[in-house]
Amino acid sequence: MDIIFENVTYVYQPGTPFAHKALVDLSFRVSSGSFVAIIGHTGSGKSTLIQHLNGLITPTAGEVTVGRFHITPDKKPKDMKELRSRVGIVFQYPEHQLFAETVAKDIAFGPENFGVSQVEIDHRMQRILPLVGLSEELLERSPFELSGGQMRRVAIAGVLAVNPEVIVLDEPTAGLDPRGQKEIMDMFYKLHHAENMTTILVTHSMEDALKYADHVIILNNGRKYMEGLPEDVLTREDTLTKVQLDVPEVIRFLQRFEQKFGQSIPYNRQDIPDIARSIQRIIKGCAPL
Amino acid sequence: MNNTLIIGQYVPGVSLIHRLDPRTKMTVIFVFILIVFLANSLASYAIITVFALAATFATRIPLRFIFKGLMPVWFLIGFTFILHLLVTKEGPVLLEIFTFSIHLDGLIKGLAISLRFFLLILVTSLLTLTTTPIEITDAIEDMLAPLQKIKFPVHELALMMSISLRFIPTLMQEAEKISKAQASRGVDFRTGPVKERLKAIVPLLVPLFVSSFKRAEELAMAMEARGYHGGEGRTKLRMLKIQKCDWLALGLFTLVVLGLLLTRHYA
Repeated sequence: MDIIFENVTYVYQPGTPFAHKALVDLSFRVSSGSFVAIIGHTGSGKSTLIQHLNGLITPTAGEVTVGRFHITPDKKPKDMKELRSRVGIVFQYPEHQLFAETVAKDIAFGPENFGVSQVEIDHRMQRILPLVGLSEELLERSPFELSGGQMRRVAIAGVLAVNPEVIVLDEPTAGLDPRGQKEIMDMFYKLHHAENMTTILVTHSMEDALKYADHVIILNNGRKYMEGLPEDVLTREDTLTKVQLDVPEVIRFLQRFEQKFGQSIPYNRQDIPDIARSIQRIIKGCAPL
Repeated sequence: MNNTLIIGQYVPGVSLIHRLDPRTKMTVIFVFILIVFLANSLASYAIITVFALAATFATRIPLRFIFKGLMPVWFLIGFTFILHLLVTKEGPVLLEIFTFSIHLDGLIKGLAISLRFFLLILVTSLLTLTTTPIEITDAIEDMLAPLQKIKFPVHELALMMSISLRFIPTLMQEAEKISKAQASRGVDFRTGPVKERLKAIVPLLVPLFVSSFKRAEELAMAMEARGYHGGEGRTKLRMLKIQKCDWLALGLFTLVVLGLLLTRHYA
């Protein structure tokens, strides 16, 4: 499903002394099957933006189009439920939404609401559990007995169980240890590739954006500040520091390396061992890879 | 958040009313609540209405905001008015429709009671509109201080109040967040049969309770870690101090009270 924002503005509590413009004249396009990272400082409008994607809020002006669903200030689609079953949102700290007596019931909650049969739910559960790294023994436990990392996985499984075509991730790794962060992100990346799932990642982490996204949108004060390929956008140090963002560590390292040794290693998504090998070759006097 | 009800909401400002000592404001409002019920003539109603409106103007908060915020209360006021209009059967008949008759006394009584009701709500909401919750609890603690002599836990009470006030917005934000998360998982809070909608509250309430308990525990721990040990010997960052404008306000209000009593006496 293609997602199109056309001149979207959103105002909180309009007409009161607390009126606050969270999004201003925002336009962009996410094509079906892509992985887009939305980056911005706290208060830049990221969370407001994602709530438009499944009609939790409607724009104050402009139009949001998700697949065949059009959302404008005065017109909401009638089959909102249908839209919500197509767009899954993993909110920040999704473990706060757990409530059922058992893990199994909590994961089944979403699909049940959308009228999926029990047989199909069991079937999906079999598929999703190994994906999110949960063992089947946990299914009959209470979600509140689990560790923080496991609770996060249960909550994510609950969103995936709906089988959405678009998945929206609002800082899915916040508060996890480094290993958990990597596992969760790798899991979403794998899903994105295996099922061609359109993925929208809201993040603070420039590293994650560089590593996973194929398109980056940077927000500042509710406006689009920059947009493009991660290797183009995330390398512009001067432009990024103006909105309190940093260049990813890998890029910074390569830039410093070039300044110091006068040899440039172009970045094309190689991992750290590959960069190390390139440096080795340079030191040995060969041309970089 | 789209709270339509503004009672309990603070609007920052620097108006005269904002700067008054919270104790002054609370005393005035407490006495005002009493004297509203003493009004019995056109002149006395005029005095309290003028006072309430003048105070409202002095806050410099947009009137439109205040009146729109009292929207849910308008319904109650209207209901009270209609009830009095229909039930009172005294005085000359003004109008007769089928079995209903509307009497002059009913109309006057309905208007008077609705006006009282409106003024009470307006003036009390001015307190919370212009005073931070912390100021209000400080004022309550200060005004209840004499009760400490009879071992009444004034400080603990004030602390409980300020903690609960402090966490109301947090709890509301949390409720909104969770209801959005559950709505994304297909819960419908707005339509459907009542039974289904009641059932939809469970996935909202359970996480709210869980996080409130967790938060309470964390707060208790953080307070102890910072050496909190009750009210004894505790000093305050913000000292309440009666200033010139407070005496002025109290004086002005005394005049209003006297005026009301006079008009009442000679009515």
